[in-house]
Amino acid sequence: MNSLIPVILGMAAVTYGPRLIPFLLMTHKQVPRRLDAFLKCIPVAAIGALIIPGVFSATPDMPLAAGSGMVFTMIIGLWRGGIIIPVLGSVAVTCLILFFAG
Amino acid sequence: MTRDAQDAIKAGIPIFIGYVPAAIAFGILSKGCGITLLECFLFSAVVFAGASQFIALNLLMTGMGPGGIILTTLLVNFRHFLMSAYLSTRIEKMAKKNIFLMAFGVTDEVFSVLSFKKGIISPKFIYILQWSAYSGWVSGTVAGYVLGGFLPEILTKSMGVALYALLLAILLPEIKQSVKALILTITSGVLNTILIKLDILPNGWNIIVCIIVIAFFGSFFISGEIKEAAYE
Repeated sequence: MNSLIPVILGMAAVTYGPRLIPFLLMTHKQVPRRLDAFLKCIPVAAIGALIIPGVFSATPDMPLAAGSGMVFTMIIGLWRGGIIIPVLGSVAVTCLILFFAG
Repeated sequence: MTRDAQDAIKAGIPIFIGYVPAAIAFGILSKGCGITLLECFLFSAVVFAGASQFIALNLLMTGMGPGGIILTTLLVNFRHFLMSAYLSTRIEKMAKKNIFLMAFGVTDEVFSVLSFKKGIISPKFIYILQWSAYSGWVSGTVAGYVLGGFLPEILTKSMGVALYALLLAILLPEIKQSVKALILTITSGVLNTILIKLDILPNGWNIIVCIIVIAFFGSFFISGEIKEAAYE
């Protein structure tokens, strides 16, 4: 096989470009209101699509395991907030269910 | 340690935990495809984009040439253009020199954490977060290549859930306050599911269509709130 390094560098360039260009175009002028509203909606739109439907196949043999982990995150997150405990707890819950019921 | 650094570490740990098993899988797969350790390391160290690296390995095995692989990578990773566009509105007062390093680390998870951080995002917060993500991805890749499947399968699968749990955990405070945010999130997930089932778009474009369509409708939806804010 030929060296992959040129392909890897090409992939790096086309990955870095789209990540960088918006920052270069950034101006300190006021953005039009409609565009501003559009940009503000990007995070929730992206996260919705990043979670669903991927989460349902996170533990493909037993979707219930990942599902239970997510329910744990939701309960602790709504009740107390935070990141570490809801996330590590969901990993622990998933792991226990896979271990005992898998 | 400042509050900012602590918060960044708290958000960085779940990303690290989530990236390691995926990176190990990438390392193992690369070795199986017969590429060298250096090439495998460079994939993760200079491309630093999960899904597209797996797709590239697949395409290599099917015998696709460099042009096709690079074009596919561009399509798969183009969603980060939208994510960076949003982030660029949140870092107004940041020095220009930070932009070049920071842009390199805009992954889905880093973007998600940054976008839901309240107030101004400091360079320190960004770099700690990105370093957690990058170190997990690169070290996991090398470990997977060299050591193979050294972690029990149950553990790697459970660790993979960390990324979804992280996304949910940072989203919850937002959707607790705003029914509109909840509706937009769920609609986006439903649209993504439909698009994946239809399977008509190239790799990586389902999510781009979701972001554009949902944010477009959302922009009409939330315009009232923005107007109010402008009059305050």
